[in-house]
Amino acid sequence: MIQAGAIDCDIHPAVPNTRTLLPHLDDYWREHILRRGLERDNLETSAYPVGAPINARPDWQPAAGPAGSSLASLQAHILDPMQPRAAICNVLHGAQMMMSEDLSAALCRAINNWLVAEWLDRDPRLRASIVVPVHSPDLAAEEIERMAPDRRFVQVLLLAMTELPLGRRQNWPIYRAAERHGLPVGIHAGSSFRHPPSAGGWGSFYLEDYVSYAQGFAAALNSLLAEGVFQKFPDLRVVLIESGVTWLPANLWRVNKTWRGVRAEVPWLNRLPADIVRARVRLTAQPFDAPPDAAALATLLEQLGSEDMLLFATDYPHWHYDGTEALPPGLPAGLLRKMLVENALATYPRLTAP
Amino acid sequence: MSRHVVAAVGEIPPGGRKLVTIRGREIGVFNLDGEFFALINRCPHQGAALCRGEIVSRLEAPLPGEYRLAKQGAMLRCPWHCWEFDIRTGQSWCDPNDVKARTYNVTVEPGGGPGQRALRGGNGERLGRAGLRGNHALTGAGRVLPVGHHDDSFMDA
Repeated sequence: MIQAGAIDCDIHPAVPNTRTLLPHLDDYWREHILRRGLERDNLETSAYPVGAPINARPDWQPAAGPAGSSLASLQAHILDPMQPRAAICNVLHGAQMMMSEDLSAALCRAINNWLVAEWLDRDPRLRASIVVPVHSPDLAAEEIERMAPDRRFVQVLLLAMTELPLGRRQNWPIYRAAERHGLPVGIHAGSSFRHPPSAGGWGSFYLEDYVSYAQGFAAALNSLLAEGVFQKFPDLRVVLIESGVTWLPANLWRVNKTWRGVRAEVPWLNRLPADIVRARVRLTAQPFDAPPDAAALATLLEQLGSEDMLLFATDYPHWHYDGTEALPPGLPAGLLRKMLVENALATYPRLTAP
Repeated sequence: MSRHVVAAVGEIPPGGRKLVTIRGREIGVFNLDGEFFALINRCPHQGAALCRGEIVSRLEAPLPGEYRLAKQGAMLRCPWHCWEFDIRTGQSWCDPNDVKARTYNVTVEPGGGPGQRALRGGNGERLGRAGLRGNHALTGAGRVLPVGHHDDSFMDA
């Protein structure tokens, strides 16, 4: 059982359907969507098959609508029994990755308006990430500027696998705006879903697709490092959400080792990449692709090399655990204490600032 | 500390180098803009012949895209894994405090006659001793380069 006052860094309110967003759209875009009949399409991403069990714990399935679409259910399942100090809403929606940049931006604005009206205003424990059109950095930055004055927005939400590697300079307006407002950039598992989810092309099965997400995160992180995003934006923090954890140490060794030989091509990378990651990157620990025994887990944590990196999350309503066992088993007490509260407070300045 | 005559000044032009063997140990002597430096010919990483590596410039960037060629020809790049070392200090670029190539003091001292040109070849140690016996060996330019051979501790150049 989680102690009261923890900070849940990843929950997923779901937009029940596109019609729900109509009152939250600008007039122009409401008209546009109705003329095209887009309100009849729920614009779900193809991250998971809709019926995949991982989408929702069986006891968290609502009577109607997609899992995560009911505030009352969230309160009953998480907020009331667990009594978190705060829970951060990360909405995943097709709006983030549409081909039309303007429609994408309009729908993201609607989602943020909906988050304020239907979630943040209705439960004081809720915080949220700003949903942005990830393929339109200027419009994304505009949306960050629009929502940043509401300090219940504590993060900017991006996806791991996008049309361009995340570190590329075209994306820098997003990081500039996020840094200016003290907002970490949360990179969630996900893709544009119009390019192969692995560097080797399209897989055939859900198994390989899901497991290979870790490679997508590695590519995103390595891009941010190599392009110098952490140097260019010295106050920017990055949170990898639902990335799993075990892939990271091996990637850190690999990037450190390679950097020693080729660092001259990225001369701004002037310290060990792993040190940069440990200082600036955080990971939500649900799902935690934990090693099978305590000794292996201890080794992994030692390899991770920092107790500051892991953040507690339930990943509600996704099905990673049963009952109230939201914490991966076997974690040392000192790390747990940091995971549950301190690390999140250090990562998200807006959780403490008035 | 023993001292060994290793070369005549004129043998190593600016940007040049000479490998010598002192007591069975290969040492690279480098001329950077008229100043001489010496490093062991052994990369602290995995033992490659560091002093045979390419002499490269120090490339820096305070921020992405802000490129600076900070010091021309100041670095030695190991021929095996391309780790870079500062010729002046032996310090690696990537881990300057913990990964260092051993350095040796080099001084330029007045010498004698042209007979010392024999230093160019043969056993450096023996020739060095011969040179030191008469205090300093001589070159056509009247100067020589003894290598001060210190203990194993790292010496900041």
